[in-house]
Amino acid sequence: MQTKKSKQLKLFENLAKKSLREPEVQVKRPIRFRGGGFVIKPMPWVPPLVFTALIAFWEVGSRSGFISNLVLPAPSEAAQAFIDLAHSGLLIKHVKASLYRLVVGWTIGSLLGVTFGMLIGLFSIARASLFPLVSAIFPIPKIALLPLFVIWFGIGEGSKIATILFGSFFPVVIASYGGVQNVDRNLIRMGQSFNLSWFSIVRKIILPGALPAILSGFRISASIAIILLVAAEMIGAEYGIGAYVLTAGSLFATDQLIAGVAMLSILGLIVSWLIGKAEKALLRWRS
Amino acid sequence: MELHLNNIGHKYNNLDVLKEISFSIRQGEIACIIGPSGCGKSTLLRIMGGLETATCGDVYISGEIPSNTINPLTFVFQDFALLPWRSVEANISLVLEDHPIPTVQRKEIIDSVLARTKLSDFKKALPKQLSGGMKQRVAIARALAVNPAFMLLDEPLSALDSQTRELLMSDLIDLWQRENFTACYVTHNLNEAVRLGHKIIVLSRRPGTIRRIVEIPIPLEERHNHLAELEYSQQVLWNLMRDEALAADRELSNAD
Repeated sequence: MQTKKSKQLKLFENLAKKSLREPEVQVKRPIRFRGGGFVIKPMPWVPPLVFTALIAFWEVGSRSGFISNLVLPAPSEAAQAFIDLAHSGLLIKHVKASLYRLVVGWTIGSLLGVTFGMLIGLFSIARASLFPLVSAIFPIPKIALLPLFVIWFGIGEGSKIATILFGSFFPVVIASYGGVQNVDRNLIRMGQSFNLSWFSIVRKIILPGALPAILSGFRISASIAIILLVAAEMIGAEYGIGAYVLTAGSLFATDQLIAGVAMLSILGLIVSWLIGKAEKALLRWRS
Repeated sequence: MELHLNNIGHKYNNLDVLKEISFSIRQGEIACIIGPSGCGKSTLLRIMGGLETATCGDVYISGEIPSNTINPLTFVFQDFALLPWRSVEANISLVLEDHPIPTVQRKEIIDSVLARTKLSDFKKALPKQLSGGMKQRVAIARALAVNPAFMLLDEPLSALDSQTRELLMSDLIDLWQRENFTACYVTHNLNEAVRLGHKIIVLSRRPGTIRRIVEIPIPLEERHNHLAELEYSQQVLWNLMRDEALAADRELSNAD
């Protein structure tokens, strides 16, 4: 016992001496930062730069002969084709015809889509009967049905609008149905606990709750509508951006083809921007 | 208005959740239900409020319902259940819109409940701009707007930090003194139970049965002067619950 204690004492003395003898230099080491990365920062000047650089490279490549004119016309040629089109007065006609088909087809298709999506989300009988049907028809490429649409709705505007309508209908149904399903059940229960009417719960709780999903459905359906526009204008269309692109293609007028495709792309950008605006305005409440 | 439960039993897919539960809540009384997690206390509350039907037994109310009551049985939820797309004001308006109340009167009701819950400055705010405590205040204001005869509070303070909880607890006591509502308060927090409950109903683990009903005879507004007694009651409750809570905890880990 005695020895153990003295041993311990000695150890402490030694330690004390040691610390007295050599006052340890406290090296200050900074803590290395390791929490960075994985954060996407907005870089607003990059997208225009990428576009400009790409088009400049393409233009220079075409002029120098590095890119053969047969393979790809220069952007300036495509721009010239576009200007010619504008001068001829046909641009307005093409754009008008296409916009008409897009707006009518997409609006009716999307509105029907929201209605059916809500029905499927709200009623067991609608879910049991319509959902399998929707799932079965959704994956069919609507282009394949084009001849049938021509027979059913005529070679005029009918079949073209029907193609776009069908194409935009299904993604909106699926998105709206998913949106209704994802509405916080507690909010619905809250509505019931305050004796809100069925209609009030649907209009004031379920519909706004499903709105984010419905809007992303719109975003998808709008892109699909533009894709289908070209297909729809394949048959018997005199005017329309799709018809213009197809005519240019069959004549191997690649400058016009590029001009037409660029118009479709810009149309898509405008639609996406509009939906972005709508999301910002309608979904301000999201954190 | 009084509420009575008579031999309530409930099953989920043949699994007994609640069994043989009978008690009454008198006019102006706050009854707290405590029990280990998963004992069916929230289910019991939903059965009392008509959001779920019990497999057996019955719930009924007796006594007079005040004529100015818009929604006699009114819930306050743990997650606040505010519509995120509606402002504070519009969230309260929501529960009045389905009733034939003139717009002017509706505005008056909203202003009055906002004043009573000290929210008047936040009328136009969206829920995302509010702290948890503020959100629950809005939910309480919404509940007051319908002039409830009976409040069903489902762990109303459980999602809040302890300081906010303390503040809201004294607000609730003030409110009760003024409005003198009858309430059933579900919680797993023993401190809340002894501070707010006239009577505390202790449930056992699943299937939930009543283990004991503890009455605390100290008036709510004087409880802060009787901390030692409350501490003692809390200890008694904890002794009642400890083994149950332990067993329930183990049960959960091998459930499903």
